[in-house]
Amino acid sequence: MAYLEIKDYKIKGISAAVPAEEIDNSKLTLLGSEVEIQRFLENTNIHKRHVVGNSGLTTSDLCEQAASKLLKEAGVDPKEIEVLIFVTQTPDYLLPSTAIILQHKLGLSKDVVAIQISLGCSGWVFGMSTALTYMSAMKSLKGLVLVGDTVTMTKSPFDKSTFPLFGDAGTATLLERAEGEVGFKFHLGNDGSGYESIIIEDGGYRNPVSPKSFVLEEKSNGVVRNKLQSYLNGEAVFIFGITRAPSSIKLLMEKYSLTAESVDYLILHQANKMMNDKIAKKTGFTTEKVPYSLQSFGNTSSASIPLTIITQIPNISICRKSHIACGFGVGLSWGSVYFETDELIVPDLIIVK
Amino acid sequence: MKEQFIEKFKEVVEVESVELTLETNFRELEEWDSLAGLSIIAMIDEEYDVVLEGSEFKNQNTIGDLINAIQSKIDGKA
Repeated sequence: MAYLEIKDYKIKGISAAVPAEEIDNSKLTLLGSEVEIQRFLENTNIHKRHVVGNSGLTTSDLCEQAASKLLKEAGVDPKEIEVLIFVTQTPDYLLPSTAIILQHKLGLSKDVVAIQISLGCSGWVFGMSTALTYMSAMKSLKGLVLVGDTVTMTKSPFDKSTFPLFGDAGTATLLERAEGEVGFKFHLGNDGSGYESIIIEDGGYRNPVSPKSFVLEEKSNGVVRNKLQSYLNGEAVFIFGITRAPSSIKLLMEKYSLTAESVDYLILHQANKMMNDKIAKKTGFTTEKVPYSLQSFGNTSSASIPLTIITQIPNISICRKSHIACGFGVGLSWGSVYFETDELIVPDLIIVK
Repeated sequence: MKEQFIEKFKEVVEVESVELTLETNFRELEEWDSLAGLSIIAMIDEEYDVVLEGSEFKNQNTIGDLINAIQSKIDGKA
């Protein structure tokens, strides 16, 4: 079992940046008739979301802005950062690693450990565990976890089974050594047998780009995409989400003697309302302990957990709070983490024009 | 269980067009779509504490098929 505990570290601050362009799903004709739109909104609760559109913004642009503002407000010199983890499935280039480009753009030291990780919805949890493992082994004082996706760029705008669900965002989480702090407790898991559940078939080296990759295919009514755009098996992912996520959360709680009563917040990856309500119910958390950001931002892939923490939890920058966060999705991959926050530094949400 | 299941099914999928029987092919209902599929998977989980795997669910077409699948899962647990 992949359990992991790292003490003497804490989150110093979290920030996020989203592109300015907003899509209002209530006006999205792709979803069908007025009745169909209402049904979609009721079941998913995804009303609005921010998208990069034609702005040319990349995930690293959003993360860079989030990180710069966070470092400034926390009074941390970029040269103090010793570990940089960048989690995304929408990097700037196929190569080199965008993590290394970010080292330069953010003005970090050349001695920094800069690693890019390819994960989606479980990405923040895995990114945090990687950063903390390095930091702990290095006795490092400060590290950055930059997480996000321009996930709408991977969806066909003519595919109602994917396009209306997603939004773009980049986030930065600043980690700091803090002797005596409870730190972080993780449970991590993967199941590669589900790799086809969420997939972009072409453009890698299994199926290199070819003229055929660009051919739009109508899979069903309102579901039109090409092979460079992501497929999502909604049924398989739903079943996965309502089983694996609660089981991971329960395993973490059992292992570390945590209870739904003793933990202040359960922060779930923002998939859709139907799925998240179900996961929350199965783990015994009452609704007021389970914040949602998907009504305003949609499913923001790996950015969803930090984005939810800073936009939905009241007084997060004043009071001490305890959290379990759980990410689950593409891979298939899932992870849960327990941690506490105290006087978190939270810059205002950055809207990038 | 049969009548209770059919009632629940009607409620979740909001079936108004036809009477449901064990032989009804639910995939051909006017009200059926992917969201209805997710709601049914969630309802089965909620009411019977059974999660049908994706491949299992795909192979079922009638209300009777679903009931049999749930029953065999419940029996398997016992």
